[in-house]
Amino acid sequence: MKQSASDSQYLAGLSGLALSDAETQALGTDIDNIITYITMLDELDVAGVEPTYQVTDLENVWRKDEVIDGGVTREQLLSLAPETLENQVKVPQVL
Amino acid sequence: MKSIRDYSSGSALENVNKAIAEAKADVDFHSLLCLTEERAIARAKKLDDGGKKGRLHGVPFVVKDNFLAFGGPTTAASKMLENFNAPLQATAVERLEAEGAICIGKANLDAFAHGGSTENSAFGPTKNAIDKSRVAGGSSGGSAVSVALGIVPFALGSDTGGSIRQPASFNGVVGVKPTYGTVSRYGVVAMASSTDTIGCFASNAADANLVMEIMSGQDRKDMTTLPDFWRDDYAFTKKKVGVIKPFMSDSVDIEVVSRVREYIEKLQGLGYEAEEVDLPMAKYSLGMYYIVTPAEIMSNLARYDGIRYGHRSKEAKNLGEVYTKSRAEGFEAENKRRIMIGSFVLSSGFFDAYYLKAQKARTLLVNEFRELFKQYDVLVGPVAPTPAFKLGENTTDPIKMYLADVMTVPASMAGLPAISVPAGVTQQGLPVGAQLIGDYTSDRALLELAEQVEGVI
Repeated sequence: MKQSASDSQYLAGLSGLALSDAETQALGTDIDNIITYITMLDELDVAGVEPTYQVTDLENVWRKDEVIDGGVTREQLLSLAPETLENQVKVPQVL
Repeated sequence: MKSIRDYSSGSALENVNKAIAEAKADVDFHSLLCLTEERAIARAKKLDDGGKKGRLHGVPFVVKDNFLAFGGPTTAASKMLENFNAPLQATAVERLEAEGAICIGKANLDAFAHGGSTENSAFGPTKNAIDKSRVAGGSSGGSAVSVALGIVPFALGSDTGGSIRQPASFNGVVGVKPTYGTVSRYGVVAMASSTDTIGCFASNAADANLVMEIMSGQDRKDMTTLPDFWRDDYAFTKKKVGVIKPFMSDSVDIEVVSRVREYIEKLQGLGYEAEEVDLPMAKYSLGMYYIVTPAEIMSNLARYDGIRYGHRSKEAKNLGEVYTKSRAEGFEAENKRRIMIGSFVLSSGFFDAYYLKAQKARTLLVNEFRELFKQYDVLVGPVAPTPAFKLGENTTDPIKMYLADVMTVPASMAGLPAISVPAGVTQQGLPVGAQLIGDYTSDRALLELAEQVEGVI
């Protein structure tokens, strides 16, 4: 599976990355090589094999539906935001 | 190097001051991104004022800077989080502090723990503790070097594909990657959720064992944690170790193989029979890893969008640009590479061929390990194919860099505990680590075995 420069532009878009042309080109070449490498798995026959997404077999770990004090205040969280206004996180105009 | 015992006589304040002085003397290794001096001294004074003495009373340590910890920013060695001051601490840090340990600094890493040399840090690489012209290994390079230099007796790291074991090997310290789910990951910057583990570095196996015991156990803030098994009875009864044949091949540095063989002889001296075993899926593990991990990285790093915390681009003119420019400016090249590969393997039309196939191949790998652990207590091999390489040697070729992980990713993909233990040095004096891989929850037994070997002259 070969990636072309236009494909790496497409992947940058999917990835939410605004890259320069030079960066797109360089990363595109690396990604081509890496994809060629990972295509090694084509040698394997995995017909009928179940995938492993989780290795310790834990599933559906429930807890009581109760409010827990996370130890973090609204003010602390807001203070992390690059911009705030009247107790809210501020972003550029959307519409 | 220091052991925890070295800190039993001094006051907490003396211990902290000593560690900070050591850190300042070793600043050109760049193992630490910041010292949490003020908070450490305040905590030491408070501990010296009395109260119950914990098992790590007044013992200084450092954390990899992807652990949220008070006293300084948590940067993940990235521009994205350069000014991020955590409003909470990682469970692992809280548990150590509850036993009286004192965090004195935040250690360097590859940005977001993506890398195997600490050269991907946005703030410059860490240098190897033995040879400054060589890499520290990574991604937890700063933690390994801090222990190797004797700044602190132990340090925390995270291991997703070898990020504790490989730098431990490169700097001649003990490094522990536990069974997946042993230690809570709450408050640690997420990388790849199905293989991320929290572990530690120490100068000896007994210290590592104590630190792991304290950190391990269920945490309601991390639903993937296993019920505490650390003190459960687990004994190696087969008295047999499997030597992983493909890891001892001609393509591996000859001195690395020799040191590991010498380590195996010590195991034999302790009454273990050693036999060569094959692990045919090992050679596919790196391929699996570089499909599954980027997919998970892509998802986990989607949260860095310049809105609620982290870097926001000053160039952004609209909301879309806030996302894309903040991310482009805040991530390092390796972060971008992995995010884009993740986007590729999960994208429409390629999911089955890459991601699903890799997860199926993972089942085959897990099954091979399961079969081997029916016959063997422990699997042994090198940690990495070479000793620490030169700074800059692999930076232009990502695949060459990835190949440094080829022996550590199999245990990661299977979620098995694996430790790196010092196995001697090369003729040039470079440390070589042996890797011991055990069955699920055999972590403590692995460390006790390593402790026994340390006693063998």
